[in-house]
Amino acid sequence: MASMRDIKRRKSSVQSTQQITKAMKLVSTVKLQRAKGRAERSKTYFSCMYDTVVSMLSKAGELNHPFLKPNASQRKAVIVITGNRGLAGGYNSSIVKLVRENGWNRDDVIIYPIGSKGRDAFARLGYEIGEDYSSAIEEPVYADAMAVSNQVLGDFASGRVGEIYIVYTGFKNTVTHIPTQLKLLPIKLEDERSDDDKAVLDFEPEMEDAIDLIVPKYITSLIYGAMIESVASENGARMQAMDNATNNAEEMISNLSLLYNRARQSAITQELTEIIAGAQAIS
Amino acid sequence: MAENFKLTIVTPDREFFSGEAEMVEFNTTEGEIGVYAGHAPLTVIVNPGILTVTQGETVKNAALHSGFVQILPDEVTILAEVIEWPQEIDEERAAAAKHRAEGRLAERGPNVDIDRAQVALMRAVARINVVGK
Repeated sequence: MASMRDIKRRKSSVQSTQQITKAMKLVSTVKLQRAKGRAERSKTYFSCMYDTVVSMLSKAGELNHPFLKPNASQRKAVIVITGNRGLAGGYNSSIVKLVRENGWNRDDVIIYPIGSKGRDAFARLGYEIGEDYSSAIEEPVYADAMAVSNQVLGDFASGRVGEIYIVYTGFKNTVTHIPTQLKLLPIKLEDERSDDDKAVLDFEPEMEDAIDLIVPKYITSLIYGAMIESVASENGARMQAMDNATNNAEEMISNLSLLYNRARQSAITQELTEIIAGAQAIS
Repeated sequence: MAENFKLTIVTPDREFFSGEAEMVEFNTTEGEIGVYAGHAPLTVIVNPGILTVTQGETVKNAALHSGFVQILPDEVTILAEVIEWPQEIDEERAAAAKHRAEGRLAERGPNVDIDRAQVALMRAVARINVVGK
């Protein structure tokens, strides 16, 4: 049996770890609430945006626009949103896993990382890393999403990449986060076609120019939405992970307390036995 | 009293404005337009300029920089990427930006992105005008 001092030392070490995990849990709870609020406030914008783009594209029919068909390049731009920090359970690794396991050839992929955890993981795996936007994930603002979207759309126009994907963690509720992969360009008409032809819309300027101008805004809003949802998911995942860690620490502490008390009792018993044995020897 | 329509202005971060309006005016890629209730369905792209909302006696101004507008007969939705109330604008900064953009346009060197400088100039002018109103 370990000595009393060893057990005591170990217990206090677990206790201080528990204090850290408890504090981290509280911090991510607050951050989660904030991120959730933001995601809800921006929902109107995205649903309006989505409705417009869908009705626009379903009206566009077989329009021969560069945004709607693949270009010659085989390469895929993949925007990967992860966190800049770990200790969030499987949050970062499940994103990396999703990209690795969807059957893309490693040489065909260019990673545009938002979040240094994803960037480091893909650099280690030997993927080509494009422009890095990791600092944006700390506090995503719309201008960050605009910078990313200008970058990928520029690469799409110049033929550096032929398809654009985004991989992020969708936020369903506080405990459910779904790693999601979404194709941004070229837009597939079958997916986006709406059933009800609710509004007959005219465009000013002409349809093709309108697509030129609206689709980049649509892409930007998708990237922004993905960033906000990922931040909410990250904090949700961290909150859960830290809650588990705190509970585990609690369990360890109670086991160690039991061991400690047992060790203390047996030390006392032994001491008593020795004293009594000593007394008997004298008399 | 003219008929009212429902005006919603949303940005990615917040609902900027929501309510009944009599008329809304703004700048588009095709020129300035004013919209009353009963307008033909239309989608237009925004150019930087002043947005004016008329609600009976009160008139509200804001600087609208980019986005697009969906017009339906009884409802107008403005999806604004960037929009500001006058009190949110830093006038000195806008003046500095105007100065900078004008300098770039005058220079017309090989390193100057003319389109970008022009848009920056329009934005700065819109900001200054809306504060001055």
